[in-house]
Amino acid sequence: MPHDHHDHFHHEGMSPSGHPYRPDDDQPLTYWQRMEIAVRELLVEKGITTAAEINAQIERMDARSPALGASVVARAWDDPAFKQRLLADGSAAMEEIGIDPSGMKLVVVENTARVHNVVVCTLCSCYPRNLLGLPPDWYKTRAYRSRTVREPRAVLREFGLELPEDVRVQVHDSTADMRYLVLPRRPSGTEGWSAEALAGIVTRDCMIGVAVPQLP
Amino acid sequence: MTVLPEVTPPPFQPPYPTQDARFAPGDTVRVRPGAAPGHMRTPWFLRGRTGRVERICGDFANPEELAYRRDGGPARAVYRVRFTMAEVWGDGAERAQDTIDAEIFEHWLEPADAP
Repeated sequence: MPHDHHDHFHHEGMSPSGHPYRPDDDQPLTYWQRMEIAVRELLVEKGITTAAEINAQIERMDARSPALGASVVARAWDDPAFKQRLLADGSAAMEEIGIDPSGMKLVVVENTARVHNVVVCTLCSCYPRNLLGLPPDWYKTRAYRSRTVREPRAVLREFGLELPEDVRVQVHDSTADMRYLVLPRRPSGTEGWSAEALAGIVTRDCMIGVAVPQLP
Repeated sequence: MTVLPEVTPPPFQPPYPTQDARFAPGDTVRVRPGAAPGHMRTPWFLRGRTGRVERICGDFANPEELAYRRDGGPARAVYRVRFTMAEVWGDGAERAQDTIDAEIFEHWLEPADAP
């Protein structure tokens, strides 16, 4: 009677609530994990870097989030001149509002009534990390990478996005030195909103192009 | 039969330096077919396909050199080339007039009318 919660007798291998314990999924370190640890420890031992510097860099990477990208989109929605500069040179426009592109070469692609943009990297997982943080796991899967160039509408439908027939889907494969950000269309009903409120409806998925902003 | 996309050349200059770029926005180009040894960033599914240059990105170090710890020189022009789904996937295209843009290095491109 594994579900008899009133029985204080515990079966072998069962949790106090009467469910089987889930086995730990610890795996031995992979070759590359061991390599990373070995190289890191050697660099620290030789005084080339320090554990504190490595931690600081990890914190810098973790501090980047889609909120940065959302602030860029909100600004572009409210400031047509900024939007033009953003479309012409994404990285320079980022710097203009105090976001360090750290060498990233940003191309911003604009959704319109006729064109919907979606970003993929079929070769690996190129992603505008300095603006959106780390990519979601699905972005790196073989399924997303191979299907988005083959049947983007089916992929978008699975994300809940059904596009009208007269909209052209424009897939961007980040194959080389550029990184891509989708500038979504500003939804009607947001006139007069603050920059914070506008940024609040710009999700990560909207900037990859697998969703469009929704009013709350 | 090649189905070409419509391309509106961007109303600005490439933000990254470029010189002697062989192709211009709007040009019809074909990705070289076939394989080469080593690391390259030209997707297989676009080899031999014909599209139009959407924009010049600038000159960038050659990844086929960088991959082997060489300096990547000389820098090569990189283009965003646009292809129709019809051109890439033929009759099996999900929707013929949808498009794919990819960044292709100049040495992987040839004029569409090259023999």
